[in-house]
Amino acid sequence: MHVIETGNVAAALGVRLAGAQVVAAYPITPQTPLTEKLSELIEAGEMDARYVPVESEHSALAVCIAASSAGARAFTATSANGLLYMHEQVHWAAGARLPIVMCVANRAVGAPWNIWNDHQDSISQRDTGWIQIYSCDHQQIIDDTLKAFRVAEATSIPVMVCYDGYLLSHTYMPFAVPEQEKVAEFLPPFQPAYALDPSSPANLNTVTLPEVRLDVHGELAHGYMEIRYLLQEDLRNAVQVVEETDAAYQEVFGRGGVPLVEPYRCDDAEYIVVGLGSLTYQLRDVVETLRAEGHRIGVLGVRLYRPVPDAAIAAALQGAHGVFVMEKALSYGYEGALCSDLKSALYDHLPDKSEAPFVKGLIAGIGGREIRTADLADALRSGLAGSIPDPNWIAIQL
Amino acid sequence: MPMTEIRWHGRGGQGAITASKIVATAAFDNGFTGAVMIPTFGTERRGAPIFSSLKIAREKIYDLSPIETPDIVVVLDHLLLDEVDVAKGLKEDGLIVLNTPKPLSAYDFGGVRLAVADVNALSAEAGLPPGRVNSGIIGALCRAFDIVPFEAVLAEIEAEFDGKKPKANAEAARLAYENTTVGVA
Amino acid sequence: MGTRGYRYKTSHSLPGPGDGGNTGSWRVERPVIDLARCTPARQGKEACFACWLYCPDVVVSRTIPPEIDYEYCKGCGICAEECPTKAITMVDESVYHEHGEG
Repeated sequence: MHVIETGNVAAALGVRLAGAQVVAAYPITPQTPLTEKLSELIEAGEMDARYVPVESEHSALAVCIAASSAGARAFTATSANGLLYMHEQVHWAAGARLPIVMCVANRAVGAPWNIWNDHQDSISQRDTGWIQIYSCDHQQIIDDTLKAFRVAEATSIPVMVCYDGYLLSHTYMPFAVPEQEKVAEFLPPFQPAYALDPSSPANLNTVTLPEVRLDVHGELAHGYMEIRYLLQEDLRNAVQVVEETDAAYQEVFGRGGVPLVEPYRCDDAEYIVVGLGSLTYQLRDVVETLRAEGHRIGVLGVRLYRPVPDAAIAAALQGAHGVFVMEKALSYGYEGALCSDLKSALYDHLPDKSEAPFVKGLIAGIGGREIRTADLADALRSGLAGSIPDPNWIAIQL
Repeated sequence: MPMTEIRWHGRGGQGAITASKIVATAAFDNGFTGAVMIPTFGTERRGAPIFSSLKIAREKIYDLSPIETPDIVVVLDHLLLDEVDVAKGLKEDGLIVLNTPKPLSAYDFGGVRLAVADVNALSAEAGLPPGRVNSGIIGALCRAFDIVPFEAVLAEIEAEFDGKKPKANAEAARLAYENTTVGVA
Repeated sequence: MGTRGYRYKTSHSLPGPGDGGNTGSWRVERPVIDLARCTPARQGKEACFACWLYCPDVVVSRTIPPEIDYEYCKGCGICAEECPTKAITMVDESVYHEHGEG
């Protein structure tokens, strides 16, 4: 069944279909309508879950951590400074290996206050150990939310589904809502690897010494470093889990096929624009315009940002003469984080470094600055002519 | 057929978003796979001038940027004309659909197609509370722009206003449809 | 030309009406003062000024009588709520527009 609804509603319907059992969230624009929708569904008895109102985002994730530790399928959502306020618990959820799913309706961070879209909030969480997926339209939002629960539970790693605030969260477009019976086939009930049980008490994530130790059973138990290495190892292996999950989803629902990167007209492209989220869809129209002018150009959307699908990115860019990375966030003091990651992937994977494409970073849409399709085309035209705009922030008026 | 771009001008709380969502849904159900509606972001305060962008096409729409060169402009409140340049960027053979108590001859937009209806009065006649114009304005739009069968639009209005006077809302649209004057202004 | 020469490197909003643009058009209802009931107007001296004190947008003047700047008044209604003599009523804005058109 198709509906025309907002991206927030797409996410909420995905969470309901996934059968989340505990939802805890604190309102923040532009995420708010998502959790409002969930609270309505729960209140109306259309979703069998517990909605826990909390006094902050930090508490929202703390509730999810507790619920997930007790074996419940837990969900939260936030944006911008709410995500930053949650930050300590974001690290905690990953370190505790809890398969929580969180939607982030991407919004600029303060100061100064700004409620509009960019990616600084979720990009600044890239080192927390979460899996990060970026959705480009409502179909991907609902599908990714469902897949996120399966990936999280298969890897015991929490997953962030990120989508552009307003541009997707508040925009209406058609999407297919998966059938509940088919969802059951794709996503069986949560079987926690470990769940707190009052009849057999345990203390989780207590102080863990730098060195390994013998536990009460005399078994050799992890030191802090082993636990952290396993998180890294499992995150790296999660690239494959994300691919497998997508394949399984495709088998049931017939949609998907682009779990890691989403290329558009890249096959014969001399130049490739790379980005995250809905911007990469907008760039498709720009690619068509520039192709009509004779430029062999394509666009590559990065769908999985953590773990970095480095091999897939390098393979997609191999053979290109130049790459433009267009981002709505940056690692202040250097450049866009995706740009750095992408250069790193190329350096690691291209056999002949002399054949590596040039890589230029561009920044766009910070704090909701309107991204006009014509401005994108102009910026890329100058890039194709050998000189990207200076400064490389598109449409800045300094 | 290429994309049709419809820009809606209203005030926060007036229901322009619901109205354009109804048209989007009716269009989608009638074969327009691409039907996206992008609200104004961040200024949805009650009473403040807002606009939203409705794009309709046979194929999926990837560009979610606001409409700059509309084919059609729908204005839910004629008093907005004093505050907002609603015709900004309107294509040469463009159409303005205006809710106003005044006749077509009262306006001059430099030779564009203009459709006028007194949606406030017609909606009240249909039994809606004062100021509820977002169903009626759809009737005026459909009169001047027949992309989707009007009966399908009426059905969608009834579905959208389920539990909120569906019949009266559909009636408001029908009355507006029948009482819209289309000309050049 | 852009904003590089602006005096601050950050966002500064200065006290007083107008920093957020012409916000008067947001109004759905307009606060109207009945001077026969307004304390400073009635007494002809500085008194009360609860409307001036409570207005979050600084659009009520501390004058005799108090005046409301309708260019920027958003019509929140706090002045009407706080007025101890109920001298301020909220009037549907459309009355003024239709009147203005003649």
